[in-house]
Amino acid sequence: MSFLTIENLNARVGTAPILRDVSLSVEAGEVRGLVGESGAGKSMIGKAVLGTLPTAVEIESGRIVLDGEDLQALKPRDRRRVIGAKAALIPQDPLTALNPSRRVGPQITNRLVDILGWTRADAGHRAAELLDEVSIPDPERVMRAYPHELSGGMRQRILIASAFAAEPKLIIADEPTTALDVTVQKQILRLIRQMQARHGTALLFVTHDLGVVSKVCQSLTVLFGGMVLEDTRVEQFFARPGHPYSAALLAATPKYTDPDASLTPVPDAVIAGVEAEIEAHDRMHGHV
Amino acid sequence: MADARGLVKRRAGARLWLSAGWLVLLVLVALFAPLLAPQDPLMQDLFAARLPPFWASGADPNFPLGTDSLGRDVLSRIMYGARVALSVALIAGILTCVIGSVLGLIAGYFRGWPDVVISRLVDIWMAFPPVLFSILLIAVMGTGLGSIIIAVVVIDWTRFARVIRAEAMSQGAMDYVASAQVSGRKRFSIMLTEILPNVMPTIVVLLTLEMGIAVIVEAILSFVNLSISTDDPTWGSMIAEGRLSIHQAWWVLVFPLIALFLTVLSLSQLGEGLKDRFDPVLR
Repeated sequence: MSFLTIENLNARVGTAPILRDVSLSVEAGEVRGLVGESGAGKSMIGKAVLGTLPTAVEIESGRIVLDGEDLQALKPRDRRRVIGAKAALIPQDPLTALNPSRRVGPQITNRLVDILGWTRADAGHRAAELLDEVSIPDPERVMRAYPHELSGGMRQRILIASAFAAEPKLIIADEPTTALDVTVQKQILRLIRQMQARHGTALLFVTHDLGVVSKVCQSLTVLFGGMVLEDTRVEQFFARPGHPYSAALLAATPKYTDPDASLTPVPDAVIAGVEAEIEAHDRMHGHV
Repeated sequence: MADARGLVKRRAGARLWLSAGWLVLLVLVALFAPLLAPQDPLMQDLFAARLPPFWASGADPNFPLGTDSLGRDVLSRIMYGARVALSVALIAGILTCVIGSVLGLIAGYFRGWPDVVISRLVDIWMAFPPVLFSILLIAVMGTGLGSIIIAVVVIDWTRFARVIRAEAMSQGAMDYVASAQVSGRKRFSIMLTEILPNVMPTIVVLLTLEMGIAVIVEAILSFVNLSISTDDPTWGSMIAEGRLSIHQAWWVLVFPLIALFLTVLSLSQLGEGLKDRFDPVLR
């Protein structure tokens, strides 16, 4: 039984559909990539699972089952409790993901106090251990600092520590390296991978970077226009992509081996093909 | 760069201390007016009418800032007037701030129907001309300190609601709020612990501005004789009376005006100074 199962999820803003019959699942301990260009709806899926969708987005139909609990069927308060206990988020932008007017320490320990009911003192010790685990020097000092006193990479490490703090079974990483520069990206990716392996957490890794997927993920879901195009193992995807769009996406990835080659865009014909698929899907479901 | 920063800081410091100094002085004077005032502010003496302030010839040292056309001491009346001005500033300012900020936070953070209701209410409210609205309110409720305070609150909560709503909305879109939501906390507690501290600098600035506005509204209302009973000295009623005798005794008008001006200016400057103290990035 998968830890997270999404079945035929449909969501829209006003009358415009943004998720179209999305189904995917994440096994316990698995790292799944969620790939798509911007606007494909990949972040929306993460937000739908975590219950942090903007109010304008309305879930029309479908089920999100987290560790056997159907989230849509729960009362909002119970849903927040279930999500809080079982899932966590590594956000995209470390600069806005820590509250600027509060010290770092309490922002990590809050989760332990709220979710696990620990005392402040115990939570403080655990937070220091976690910061140590993500290679932050002098955790005690960092916990007393305000976010603006720390670098972006440091803040992302803190957010990773904080995501793993309450030992969730699923972490959703929403483009966790996009806002960082390339050298820091690599360290952060390695760190997420290490922490994931050590804690045995399932990871839904939202990204637009196939290079990242090949390094971190075991399986992946390709999304376009809020529709799942392909759902496959990583090795198979890179060897034999199962959808023309996936193949085009793969071909569009710049290659280190040939830096002078001009970039290949995804061909218009492929995009037109996918759009036709989406249109057919919408017609079938009565949106036109 | 460091020098420029230091200079800005020092200037801000001077501004903060000067305005805080004036306000502290005013609070002390208001508290201890019965001990400090040289004369009974209500005692009339037609033989001592329109005495000039202490430096002019013909002044009486018992009336340092002169007397009005009924022979009442201007300084004493300003001191007692400070009581009314400050009570209105404090009580009306804080009430306005609390009501407006709570509604603004709810509208900006919860969005959805609470936002629709509160925002429409603000729009409708702001379409009333404020001075007429307050005069109407006082006419209905009768004069008195309570009525003035209610009038200020009723008119001005929209100012807070609007600004704080916008702030809460931009803070609510930040990832740290999403993270707090994911940890299963109640939305109301997130509003108080995550959003509120970040809109606090804005609230403080608005509060001090609002206190200044409350002082002015009180002065306007007493100018049109709708403040508290006409016997009690208020700055607004002094200005109104002084206006009638401006050609014979300018000091009756000018001194309460200066007190009013300095108070409102100090309040707004205090707000600017405090904002920097509340902001962790600037601190």
